[in-house]
Amino acid sequence: MRVLVAVKRVVDYAVKVRVRPDKTAVELQNVKMSMNPFCENAMEEAVRLKEAKLATEIVAVSVGPKQAQETLRTALAMGADRGVHIVTDMRADQELQPLAVAKLLRTVVDEVKPDLVLMGKQAIDGDNCQTGPMLAGLLGWPQATFAAKLEVADSKKEVTVERETDTGTQKLQMGLPAVVTADLRLNAPRYATLPNIMKAKKKPIATRDAAAAGVDLAPRNKVTNVTDPPPRAAGAVVESVDDLVAKLKADGLV
Amino acid sequence: MAVARNLPREDGAFGFTSATAEDIDVFRSIVGEEGLVTDAEDLVPYNTDWMKKWSGSSRVVVLPKTTVQVSRVLAHCHARAIAVVPQGGNTGLVGGSIPTRDEVILSTSRLNEIVAFDAAGGVLTCGAGCVLEALDAYLTPRGHCVPLDLGAKGTCQIGGNVSTNAGGVRVMRYGALRASVLGLEVVLADGTVLDLLRTNRKDNTGYDLKQLFIGAEGTLGVVTKVAIATPPRPTAVSVAILKCPNFDVVLQLFALAKTALGEILSAVELMDSLAVETAMARCPGLKRPMELEDGAFAVLLETSGSCEEHDKAKMGALLDRAFAAEIVDDGVIAQDMSQAADLWAIREHVPVAAATGGYQYKYDVSVPIPRFYELVRAVRRRFQELSLAEDRAAAFGYGHLGDGNLHLNVVCARKDDEVLRALEPFVFDWVVAAGGSISAEHGVGQHKRAFLGLQKGPEALALMAAIKRAFDPRGILNPGKVLPDDPVSQ
Repeated sequence: MRVLVAVKRVVDYAVKVRVRPDKTAVELQNVKMSMNPFCENAMEEAVRLKEAKLATEIVAVSVGPKQAQETLRTALAMGADRGVHIVTDMRADQELQPLAVAKLLRTVVDEVKPDLVLMGKQAIDGDNCQTGPMLAGLLGWPQATFAAKLEVADSKKEVTVERETDTGTQKLQMGLPAVVTADLRLNAPRYATLPNIMKAKKKPIATRDAAAAGVDLAPRNKVTNVTDPPPRAAGAVVESVDDLVAKLKADGLV
Repeated sequence: MAVARNLPREDGAFGFTSATAEDIDVFRSIVGEEGLVTDAEDLVPYNTDWMKKWSGSSRVVVLPKTTVQVSRVLAHCHARAIAVVPQGGNTGLVGGSIPTRDEVILSTSRLNEIVAFDAAGGVLTCGAGCVLEALDAYLTPRGHCVPLDLGAKGTCQIGGNVSTNAGGVRVMRYGALRASVLGLEVVLADGTVLDLLRTNRKDNTGYDLKQLFIGAEGTLGVVTKVAIATPPRPTAVSVAILKCPNFDVVLQLFALAKTALGEILSAVELMDSLAVETAMARCPGLKRPMELEDGAFAVLLETSGSCEEHDKAKMGALLDRAFAAEIVDDGVIAQDMSQAADLWAIREHVPVAAATGGYQYKYDVSVPIPRFYELVRAVRRRFQELSLAEDRAAAFGYGHLGDGNLHLNVVCARKDDEVLRALEPFVFDWVVAAGGSISAEHGVGQHKRAFLGLQKGPEALALMAAIKRAFDPRGILNPGKVLPDDPVSQ
């Protein structure tokens, strides 16, 4: 079974993002970038499938600027066999939107011919949560999103996925090939170890230009304004339940 | 010349007046009810040190909110010959921040305002009671950081850091606090407010008095405000924990790191295999970075710089060379900030793990870097010679390799005087013979008073006593700490 894992380079999860003074975008200059956390879960799952001898090859793909190569190197250090880098300078949290990414990933799927596509459920910059489902739609493949557990059938022709939803866990069974997006509880991503980082340097990364992929990359949405969320108003301390009820009523909340 | 002695009193033993209800009323009139702790249960944490090795019996904690209040409290105590223990976060490890008897505890906790931040010069002026981590959080959006980092950062206060010349994990990069403190406001034993609060990087105007208070552990004055130079916050930080199969290659790795990483190297921390195992075993939630066999070492390397691409290239080059030379045979490199924090958590939890369950003996020493680990081996050999089995006393070592500052911990099931006798003065004698220091960063407090003479000769001790007498003739500030009791003969 061949697995294709899509990973995205985003602002590091621990960074306190700031809005640019012109309020058009988030400030990315000199800001720490890392692999999207949910993509780490997707990558980890692929490596576990390979360790369980259910997968024979893992291909990592990333759409992004020159530096996205580092994200691919991390994927390779975690255990991917080779990488595909689709290069574009379009901002991944603005002009480059899920539909375009899904179309680009489809070209990679057509070439790599994976049995399973894994990716994070959403990227923490756009929070769109669309790329996986759009890709499945374009391919006409079954999909399972927010995967918290993934089991491959002995036949290697079917997977069972447990999905996290707001109302509980849903179990889906589907034939391969399929698209599965990863949630945090799917696994605990491993560290990149020194020996693996050394090995990763020798693994191949094929580069290609997004503009040359023959795909319509034009954004469908335009970001008009980016602002900070309003600061939290200070709370008020009340002395009794009666006071609380009175305050809630006065504020028109009940 | 005798060391500063307590005033002779009829009660003899301690030589100071115990605070009475009337004294507490005076305190109350100065700081208000909100500035007093007198309830027996509430007093316990103030009276006990972090390691629960020492405890005092103070009946009152005074928490002034302003320098004027500090001055008035001290003036009263001075007039009444009441002994005072200045206390910040109470995270000290040598029993210096808690009373030995019923001294009044003067807490700096409410002196916690940030006075000013000069963005151009990076100078932060703040009250002594500001918690270190809070200061760092204040500086983060302003593009700066505090020049020190230590495990106690969530609790320790900057006044205490200054009074103990705290070290920590970034001394390699930012130097000791002495260089970063530009000014102090201090209240002397008789209540005199000494305003040395300047924000100039350079100020050669007479004797640099503030340096005396830095590291004096509250025995010369109470620090109430600090002006500190803060470095720009590095935007590119990289953390790795590398495995060295033995100590000889640790030294080779250190030498290599200094040349290959040079100006971006910000921390070099060592942990032996037992230190890592203890942390992993006692702190659930820590992620194991790699297997560490007995006799192997984990070295945490951190780089801090302004350009991630350049720093990654330097780190990559170092790892290539180290791996090829078999100086390092395994390791983990953090791929994002969360992983970097996880790796640091391992190092930060070693002392925490040592403190859980049972009893520990802790030594903080400076040794020549090539001999960094020898003391741990010497202690283990000594335990063997004295037939103290490992389940009775297990020694492990970790610390700031880059500074030559070893932390030797001996964990025992319970307080064990035989183990203590095996350790002291053996450890101190060993360190002095090696040309090291018996207290690298933790200070003297109560723990090492008796051994100060091993490190400093009689002339130096006599001068220290003279300085103490000049600043605090009645000896009310933190008695029983730092300076030895024995009279020093001429």
